[in-house]
Amino acid sequence: MPKGEEKILNEKTIQENTLSSRDYKYGFYTDIETDRIPKGLTEETIRLISTKKHEPEWMYEWRLKAFRHWKTMTEPHWPNFDYGPIDYQALSYYTAPKTKKGGPVGNIDTTDPELIKTFERLGIPLSEQKRLTGVAVDAVFDSVSVGTTHQAELAKVGVIFCSMTEAIEQHPELVKKYLGSVVPYSDNFFAALNAAVFSDGSFCYIPKGVRCPLELSTYFRINAAESGQFERTLIVAEDSSYVSYLEGCTAPMRDENQLHAAVVELITLDNAEIKYSTVQNWYSGDKEGKGGIYNFVTKRGKCVGKNSKISWTQVEAGSAITWKYPSVILQGDNSVGKFYSVALTNNRMQADTGTKMIHIGKNTKSTVVSKGISTDESNNSYRGLIKIMPTADGARNFSQCDSMLIGNKCSANTFPYIEVKNNSAVLEHEASTSKINADQIFYLQSRGLDLEGAISLIINGFCKDVFKELPMEFAVEAVKLLEMKLEGSVG
Amino acid sequence: MIEIRNLHAGIEGTPILKGINLTINTGEVHAIMGPNGSGKSTLSKVIAGHPQYEVTEGEIIYDVNFKKVNIIDLAAEERAREGIFLAFQYPVEIPGVNTAVFLRAAFNEICKHQGADEMDPIDFDEYIRSKMKILEMDEKYISRAVNVDFSGGEKKRNEIMQMAVLNPRFAVLDETDSGLDIDSMRIVADGVNKLRNKNNAMLVITHYQRLLNYIVPDFVHILQDGKIVRTAGKELALAVEEKGYDWLKEGK
Repeated sequence: MPKGEEKILNEKTIQENTLSSRDYKYGFYTDIETDRIPKGLTEETIRLISTKKHEPEWMYEWRLKAFRHWKTMTEPHWPNFDYGPIDYQALSYYTAPKTKKGGPVGNIDTTDPELIKTFERLGIPLSEQKRLTGVAVDAVFDSVSVGTTHQAELAKVGVIFCSMTEAIEQHPELVKKYLGSVVPYSDNFFAALNAAVFSDGSFCYIPKGVRCPLELSTYFRINAAESGQFERTLIVAEDSSYVSYLEGCTAPMRDENQLHAAVVELITLDNAEIKYSTVQNWYSGDKEGKGGIYNFVTKRGKCVGKNSKISWTQVEAGSAITWKYPSVILQGDNSVGKFYSVALTNNRMQADTGTKMIHIGKNTKSTVVSKGISTDESNNSYRGLIKIMPTADGARNFSQCDSMLIGNKCSANTFPYIEVKNNSAVLEHEASTSKINADQIFYLQSRGLDLEGAISLIINGFCKDVFKELPMEFAVEAVKLLEMKLEGSVG
Repeated sequence: MIEIRNLHAGIEGTPILKGINLTINTGEVHAIMGPNGSGKSTLSKVIAGHPQYEVTEGEIIYDVNFKKVNIIDLAAEERAREGIFLAFQYPVEIPGVNTAVFLRAAFNEICKHQGADEMDPIDFDEYIRSKMKILEMDEKYISRAVNVDFSGGEKKRNEIMQMAVLNPRFAVLDETDSGLDIDSMRIVADGVNKLRNKNNAMLVITHYQRLLNYIVPDFVHILQDGKIVRTAGKELALAVEEKGYDWLKEGK
């Protein structure tokens, strides 16, 4: 198709979607020249990606093993939602924006100015003068990282923060040691697919005793049609180090579904702590359930060292389908795992999300707080596993799963699994279901609050245990995002 | 203060109020009595601006900035910000929302609208505690979720406490006595009496004359089948207590 025609089609599609969908302000499309490999997925594709990225042979071998394993696996259809079938041959597995004068990918100076503008429009300024203070950003556009800010500043304290591509090139010993050590390529269907075709992502390494002076963050943007985004993030916190990491995601509004299959691995050694926060706002499809991102993500942390700590905080407000269970393997004695989640579904979104806490070490503790909000004709499920291994003397878990329903066409489900193999464990589980109804709204309005204020008060009240875990600006953003999504759905 | 003229209203096409005329002046307390289904609660919701009720005819004229304004088209929150308050017959539970946080948000919305300074959490805490004393409410209620796990009586006290905090010019008390034992009723009535002054007005809706021994009204109106069929002084309530409502039916 000639390029001009494609653009017209895209603009029209976007306009139509804008009319039928609630205000999704990130739904625009960036018209940019790309370097894109043909659709299809074979061993040849794997070779092509690896070559494009100038990867060493060991990386290619690993991808190939993953791919061969993936071919033996079947798409999971046990979650509480319907999707697909996904035609894996109909996607392009590598789409990178072309750089200025053929300069290197991943360098802000050679990045197409159109892209810098795109990220600015998304509220993520990358240029030296405008960039955010206190937050280092790695910006991932389709298949590649287009730039990472504050690298020099971080390097001064020994923190490595770069794209996965750069990490494979510059720090192969670290990547070799840790990549796949928490989520092996054989872990599940989508993790295997990711291991075979992943094209970029972020890498963070916090050396011994360092408290990372900045928040680190990655912003993921899917732009191209009929493509997928497959990124890997790897964060390693050495002894007694600390880092807070944030992740944001958006995509244009399109009629067809796009696939996002990411893998995130976190590793904490003795006394280290990683706080990982996500605000996920992928395009979720229109009222009729047309379009939106299929979000199949494997996130897992391993508290390798004693007294180490990993916490996942997520606000999941987008995607047509969310399949995501950020988990913690509590291997070190006295290690702590936390999971705080708000999952909001509207229109015809389907979410099956939760966590796994695997207690192996002695006196390990885990906390799970999950808040599901469903409205319109959406379907929202919590699925969680608390597993106490025979070695985990004195393990403790507290889980709380609350669901809120708005309207009467949506549904909420809770699937808590508990496996205890040690008698000294103490587990608590609380669950509730509530509804926002017109009477509550009228009650608050009759006291002087407008509709927006009333909903915000109720949602804030419902989610406060999770929001208080988010970094300040992120919490404000999250509240606004939920309010916007819920506008017009109560009454 | 407020003048209701030929008010017709209903819900989902069913007419309930069929021509209400009622004038309440500043400093007055009026009571409305009437049998079940006569439209008492509908009247209270229509005054407060409940969006589900449809006004088909008539006006509600209310003093806004010393001007008489028809408030029919104002949203519930706009009426509240102009000083109209409804003490609910069935106060609504709002899980997760802290009572003090909620009331401060409401109080500050009203302040903002009236051009007054908003109150910070510390000053507000002191302010709300002083109002809770009037209703002999335990301080633990302000840190709880709005009306959640409150007994029926506590919910009603909480309504009047909110009225004390928000300090409305015109308050409608919808069956505030129902579900209250005699001691609680006395406390609530005392609270209401303390809030009564020459600058505000109240409309007390009740089934029983009992409450009116404590909150003594200037006028009593009898509502039947969506219309006010009789208006008199407080002695009318006693007559109803004795003889029921039938003798007041139209045409008798």
